[in-house]
Amino acid sequence: MKSLILHTATRLMIGVLILFSLFLFFRGHDEPGGGFIGGLVGAGAFTLYAIAFGTEATRKVLRIDPITLIALGLLSLVVSGLIPMFLNEPFLTGKWLFIEWGAMETKLSTPLLFDIGVYLCVVGFIVTVIFSLEEE
Amino acid sequence: MLIVIAVIFVVALVSPWIHRVFREKSGWVLALLPLGSFIYLASWLPHIAGGNVVQESTAWVSMALFNVDLAFYLDGLSLMFGLIITGIGTFIVLYGSGYLGGDANLPRFYCAVLLFMGSMLGVVLADNLISIFVFWELTSFTSFILIGYSHEQENSRKAALQALLVTGIGGLALLAGLVLMGFASGHWEVSTLLNEGNIVRDHPHYVAILILVLAGAFTKSAQFPFSFWLPGAMAAPTPVSAYLHSATMVKAGVYLLARMNPVLGSTEIWLLLVGGFGLATLLISAWLALSFTDMKQILAYSTVMALGTMMMLIGLGTELAMEGLAVYILSHAMYKGALFMVAGAVDHEAGTRDVLKLGGLRSLMPISFVAAALAAISMAGIPPLYGFIAKEIVYEAALGAPLWSVLVIIVAVIANIAIVAASAIVVIRPFLGKKVETPKKAHEAPLSMWIGPLTLAVLGVLLGVLPFLVDKALMVPVASSVYGAPLDFYLSLWHGINLPLILSLLTLAGGILVYRNWDGLRESSPMRLYQTGFAQFPISGYDGLVSGLLGFAGLQTRFFQNGLMANYLITILATLLIAVGYTFITRSGLIWDPSFENVLVQEWALTIGIFTSLGIMLAFGHSRLTMVIGAGVVGFALALIYLMHGAADLAMTQVLVETLTVILVVLVLIHVPRIKDARSATSRVRDAGVAVAAGVMMTLLIFAVTAAPFDAFISEFYAEASYPLAHGRNIVNVILVDFRALDTMGEVVVVAIAGLAVYALIKMKRFGSSGLSKAGGAESSNAASKQGKSS
Repeated sequence: MKSLILHTATRLMIGVLILFSLFLFFRGHDEPGGGFIGGLVGAGAFTLYAIAFGTEATRKVLRIDPITLIALGLLSLVVSGLIPMFLNEPFLTGKWLFIEWGAMETKLSTPLLFDIGVYLCVVGFIVTVIFSLEEE
Repeated sequence: MLIVIAVIFVVALVSPWIHRVFREKSGWVLALLPLGSFIYLASWLPHIAGGNVVQESTAWVSMALFNVDLAFYLDGLSLMFGLIITGIGTFIVLYGSGYLGGDANLPRFYCAVLLFMGSMLGVVLADNLISIFVFWELTSFTSFILIGYSHEQENSRKAALQALLVTGIGGLALLAGLVLMGFASGHWEVSTLLNEGNIVRDHPHYVAILILVLAGAFTKSAQFPFSFWLPGAMAAPTPVSAYLHSATMVKAGVYLLARMNPVLGSTEIWLLLVGGFGLATLLISAWLALSFTDMKQILAYSTVMALGTMMMLIGLGTELAMEGLAVYILSHAMYKGALFMVAGAVDHEAGTRDVLKLGGLRSLMPISFVAAALAAISMAGIPPLYGFIAKEIVYEAALGAPLWSVLVIIVAVIANIAIVAASAIVVIRPFLGKKVETPKKAHEAPLSMWIGPLTLAVLGVLLGVLPFLVDKALMVPVASSVYGAPLDFYLSLWHGINLPLILSLLTLAGGILVYRNWDGLRESSPMRLYQTGFAQFPISGYDGLVSGLLGFAGLQTRFFQNGLMANYLITILATLLIAVGYTFITRSGLIWDPSFENVLVQEWALTIGIFTSLGIMLAFGHSRLTMVIGAGVVGFALALIYLMHGAADLAMTQVLVETLTVILVVLVLIHVPRIKDARSATSRVRDAGVAVAAGVMMTLLIFAVTAAPFDAFISEFYAEASYPLAHGRNIVNVILVDFRALDTMGEVVVVAIAGLAVYALIKMKRFGSSGLSKAGGAESSNAASKQGKSS
C-alpha cells in the first residue's frame, strides 16, 4: 500500500511491536501474556509490515520462511516434552533450572521452551496465511 | 535397550548432515550404527542362552487406568529378531550407499531407513502393549516413506499408499485387540501376560481379541487375501525391498503372533485361523511366484510363501513347529536378504531384472553369482545349506500336525516344489546360459553392494555345515520363548533315511521338472487365470474399495459443501439446534430464572451498545466490509466484558485475534467475487427462522447453565497450585504450558496443520488446478480464521 504515513509509522512501530511481543512473552508466566498472546502481537507486527511494504520486503525482514517457523515451533514443543523423559519422568513434566546471579535469579524451564514453541507456531501460522493470501 | 533405540533415532535425524560431511563414505560411517547395535545385542547371547531374560522400564505416560511405559524385554525370540534387524541393517545401509549412490535423495533414504530400523527394533524389544503398537505404527509410517522413495513416479506413490492403508487398517484393529487384551487381563506387559495366558484365553472376549490381533498380524505379514500390498511394494528401491519386505517388517506380524503364542495360542480356533491362513497363503503364493518374470516379483511371492509357512508353524504350535519356526525365520532372513540384494545388483548393473532379458552374467558378475547361487540353493532346501535343515524340520512339523496332517504335508510339498523352481529361475536364468544383450553393459557391482549378499549366503553354508554354532545359543531360546516352556534340541544335517528326506527328494525332483517346463507353464492359460484370480483380483478389490470410498466422500462433500456459505451455516446451525436442543430439553429441561440484580450499569451500557451498533450495521450496511467490521465490534465489546471481570489474558487474546481475523477475512474477501443475493423470499424466511431459533436456544442454554451452582474446585486448585507446583503466577499461562500442556500441544499441532493446508490449497490454485481446489482455497482460509478465533 503506497502511503507515506503508513510507511513511516510502520518503520517506527515494527521494532516496538516486536519488543512488545517479546515483553508479553517473557512476563507471561507471572502476568498477563505468554506465548500465544506474544505470538499474536508478533504476527500482527509482520502483518502490518506486509500490508505497508508487501510480502517480498517482509520475507527479507523475517529472514526465515514462516513454514520453517512452524516446524521449529513444533520441534520446541516435542523437545520440551522429551527432556524430562531423559530424566526418567513422564513426557511433558515441567523441569526447572534456577540460576542465581547475585541478587538476580534466572529461571530456565521446559515450560519456557514449550511456550517458545507456541509462540513460533502462532507467528508462523498467521504469517504463512497472510503471505499466501497476499501473494495470490 | 531404550538407549540403543534412542541413539538410532537421533543418528537417523542427523544422518543428512553426516552424509554431507563424509559424502561417498557416508554409507560406511552410518553402517557402524547398526553394526554397533548388533554387537551390543550379540553380547547378550550367553546370558540369554543360559535361559535368562533382560528387562528394563522407563516411565512414559501414567494414567489412572494403566501406565504406558517404555518397557523392554529381551528373550530368545526378541534377540533373534534384533540380531536380524541390526545385522542385515548393517549390510542394507552399505548396499543402499552403492545402489543409490549419486542420487540426490540419498540422505532421505539414510534417515528413513534408520528411523525404520529404530522402530522395528522397538517392535521386537518392547514389552508394553501400547508401546508395541506405537513402534508397530512407526514401522508402517517409515515403510510408507521408503516405498514412496521415488515419489515423482505415480506407481510408487500408489504402492506406498496401498501398503500404508492395508497395514494401517490392520494396525487399528491391532490397537483395539491389544487394549481389549490389556483390560481383559489387567496386565499391560507382555512379560507378565506370558504367564497369565489362561486369563486371556478363558475371557469371554477371547475370540474378539484374537480376531483383532490376527487382523493386525495378517495385514502386516501379507497373509492371503491381504498379500497383494507386498508385491506392490516392490516399487520401492531394492535396498528397501531387501530389508523391509523380506527380512524385517513383514515379519512383524509373525513376530507378534510368535510372541503371543503362549498368551493366545494352543486353542482350537487359533490352530484353525493361524494355521489355516498360513497354509492357504503358502500354497497360493508359492505358485503365483512362477507366473512372473520380474526377479523382484518372484522373490516377493516366495516371501509371501515363507510368511505363510511361518504362520502355519505358529498355528500348529507343537514343539517341532516351534523348532522349525526358529530355524526357518533365521534361514529365510539370510537367503532372502541375499537374493533381493543380488536382484537389485543385477538390475543396477544390467539395467533390467526381467529374467527373460538376462543371461550369462556369471562371468561378468562372478561374486554376485556365487552369492545368488548359494542363497538360491538354501532357498530350494538343498543340503548342506541351512535352508535344507529348515525345510526338513518344517516337513517334520507338518507330518506331526495335530489336525489333518496329511493335507498339511501335501500342501507343504506342493508349495515347496514351486519354490525349488523359483530358486532355479532367479539364479539360472540371469547368470547361466549364453550371454544376452542387456540394456546396460553389465559388470560386477561395487564392494558395498556384494559384501552383504555374499556374507549372508556364506553364513547359510556355514550354519548348514555347523548348525551347532547357533542351536544352543539362539535356536533353543527362540523356540522356548515361542513355545512358552523350555525346550531342548540340537540340529544336524543328516537324520538318516526317513520320510522328510524322501519328501525332500520328491520336492527337488518336482521342482526341477517344473523349472524345465516353466516357459510353457507360465504362458499357459490356467496359469494366467490363476494369476488373475489370486494376484489381480485382490488388487481390484482394494482399488474398488478405495474408489468407492472416495466416491462416497465426494458425494457427501458435494452435498454438504456445495460452495454456498449460506448452506454451510444452515447445516451447522440446524445440526446444533437438533443435537443440543434435544439433549437440552430431555436432560435438563428449560430453566427460566434470570436475575438482573447484579448487572452493573456499565454492563448494561455495553450490551445495549453492542446490539445497537450491530443493528445499524445489519440494517444499513450493504457492503461486506461493513459486516466484517460489525462482527469485529462485537468481538472488541466482548473483550471489554472480559476485562470488567478481571480476565486480562482473555481480553488481550480476544482483541488480538479479533484484529487479525478482520485482516484475514478482508484479505480473503478481496479475492472473492461479488455475488448478488439471489435468495427467494421463502429461503430468506427459512434462514431467518433458523437464525432466530439458534439464538433463542443459546440464550436459554446460557440461562440454564448459569442457574446451576458454580463448582469452584478446579479453579481453586489451579489458583493454589500454580506457584508452588509450576513456579508461575499467571494461572492461564501455567495451565496452557504446564498443567494441560498436552492439550495445548494438540491445539498447536492443529494450528500448524491448518497453516500448511491453507498454504498448500492456495498454492495449488496458483498452479492452475481445477475449480474444485479454487473453492477449497477460500474455504480453508475461512476455516483457518475461524480456527484462529476459537483457539
